[in-house]
Amino acid sequence: MNIRHLLKTSSGGLKTNKSRSVLTILGIVIGIAAIIIVMALGQGAQNLILGQLQAIGSKVIAVVPGRQPTGPADIIATFTDSLKEKDLESLENKSNVPHAVNIMPVVFGSQTAAFESETYSPTILGVTEIFANLYNIYTADGRIFTEDEVKSYADVVVIGDEIKKELFGASDAVGEKIKIKGRNFRVIGVLNKAGQVSFINFDKVAFVPYTTAQQYIFGIKYFHRLAIEADTEENVPSTVAAIQTTLRNNHNITDSKKDDFFIETQASAMATVSTITGALTMFLAAVAAISLIVGGIGIMNIMLVSVTERTHEIGLRKALGATEADILKQFLLEAVLLTAIGGIVGIVLGGLLSLGISLLLSHILGVDWKFTFPINGALLGLGVSALIGLTFGLYPAKQAAKKSPIEALRYE
Amino acid sequence: MSLIEVKNLEKTFHDEKVETPALRGVSFDVDEGEFLAIMGPSGSGKSTLLHTLGFLDRQTKGEYKFDGKTIDEYSDDELAKARNEKMGFIFQTFNLLRRTSVLENVKLPLLYSSVPESAWEEKARKALDSVGLSHRLHHEPSQLSGGERQRVAIARALVNNPKVIFADEPTGNLDSKSGKTVMEIIQKLNEEEGRTVILITHETYTAEHAQRIMKLLDGEIESDIKVDHRHKADDFLK
Repeated sequence: MNIRHLLKTSSGGLKTNKSRSVLTILGIVIGIAAIIIVMALGQGAQNLILGQLQAIGSKVIAVVPGRQPTGPADIIATFTDSLKEKDLESLENKSNVPHAVNIMPVVFGSQTAAFESETYSPTILGVTEIFANLYNIYTADGRIFTEDEVKSYADVVVIGDEIKKELFGASDAVGEKIKIKGRNFRVIGVLNKAGQVSFINFDKVAFVPYTTAQQYIFGIKYFHRLAIEADTEENVPSTVAAIQTTLRNNHNITDSKKDDFFIETQASAMATVSTITGALTMFLAAVAAISLIVGGIGIMNIMLVSVTERTHEIGLRKALGATEADILKQFLLEAVLLTAIGGIVGIVLGGLLSLGISLLLSHILGVDWKFTFPINGALLGLGVSALIGLTFGLYPAKQAAKKSPIEALRYE
Repeated sequence: MSLIEVKNLEKTFHDEKVETPALRGVSFDVDEGEFLAIMGPSGSGKSTLLHTLGFLDRQTKGEYKFDGKTIDEYSDDELAKARNEKMGFIFQTFNLLRRTSVLENVKLPLLYSSVPESAWEEKARKALDSVGLSHRLHHEPSQLSGGERQRVAIARALVNNPKVIFADEPTGNLDSKSGKTVMEIIQKLNEEEGRTVILITHETYTAEHAQRIMKLLDGEIESDIKVDHRHKADDFLK
């Protein structure tokens, strides 16, 4: 029997029991759809996070105080105050870190800002005049503070779009004074609406000179982070090495395991994120795959019922000249067709659902959640479902092929 | 040489330690072109004999030679091939595929044959024409009368031009008029086309359409006689 007639015979068998066929493939449809959704959303989440990381810029290196704990004993020493003014000076020295073009210390925290009767709790970022350049943001009104203002502990603030709206509404903000921690800050600039960039919503941030923030807002003498820009992407690794050497010298550290700081680059962060989201996606897909096995058992069950029910048909076909192989192929193909149809429906359904969820997430979270159709997932799903059809269809098909024609014909 | 040669054929069914003998050593020959009716009460072994003759089952003991070759020389796949090419089956319950057109039902044996697909349609139409059902090609079995269904089954048995037709109580589920039509067709197959026919029945009247009646009792041949006054189905229809 050639493949075309085999297909015709098998699909005919399925059509005769339409509603049962539909119910049977439901398990496979759900399983495959779940895998597609998990993979699509995993991919979307990964893209979103990577996109945020990319916005930081590939040349920017972050130095973060503290030690990444490597064991229980490490937890005692976190060294959150390890980065000081002295380190900044050393790093700014060209002979120490030759390829660093911009170095910006950062301090941050949350504080309440008030204008007249309006209050708002922005994130206060204490930075230098280069922040706009580094973060790629612009003022809609007014200006960014100057180097002099940073050096002179000036009480000036550049506010994000949302803060401006919350505190001032439609009226002008530039020139007005807002109160942060009991101190009056003059608004000198309002930023363009920027949204979420590199995990910070800049619309909710108030930028002040880091000197002022350290002295008057947070009362600290260390930095929460140092942002260092290398001149080219190629020089990032050597700059990382230079920063490590300089800081270890300053902190009298000889063993790199005892570093009281760590360094993040876009590349390292992206690699970490990819590993984590990838592992998470695979884990969830594996959980979803369990439903495929359940679906496969459902198929086997129904195929066994079908074989028993169609004993008569099997006997007749054999009496008319069908060989065991013919019968085996017919029933195996029925199972594979069932799962393949289930797989295709599942892929389409999963694709549509994940598109819907992506749109919903973009809408609700206000983030740029991009929908990507997981082609790998679709191919995998199709392959797995056909394989399940083969595996779980084999036993029933063998049962069918083994039936003796007279026993089968006698069966009513 | 006869088409069918049976010597001391025995068949015993085993069912959980209980042995049930169905055939206790039967011997007979059937010549090509002969029309044999096998009669006997239920349990006499006539169906078992027909199944063995029709290559649907193998004997326990004895020898069965079909077309000069013993059944033991055939593999299971070769038995299937022989059923497909040399034998046609007509059953009491018709055994048509439901929700499948008359034409497709008749084509079914060709599906498992080496006949090229281009010839299927013509063969099936011809077979249906010979049983007078050219006007029912695209009906489904459920839309046909019992007599018509059995005629479809006959067309299916004929479609691959078999040497021998096995009919297992072909009129058992039919009213007398449809039964006569069916017997007329079977007789015509034998007389006009020269096909060997082996028919099982428990009705003497039906059996008397054959040239020879073999009676079975308890798995043994009770009698095997030539029919002197054959019924001619077309006599009644004229």
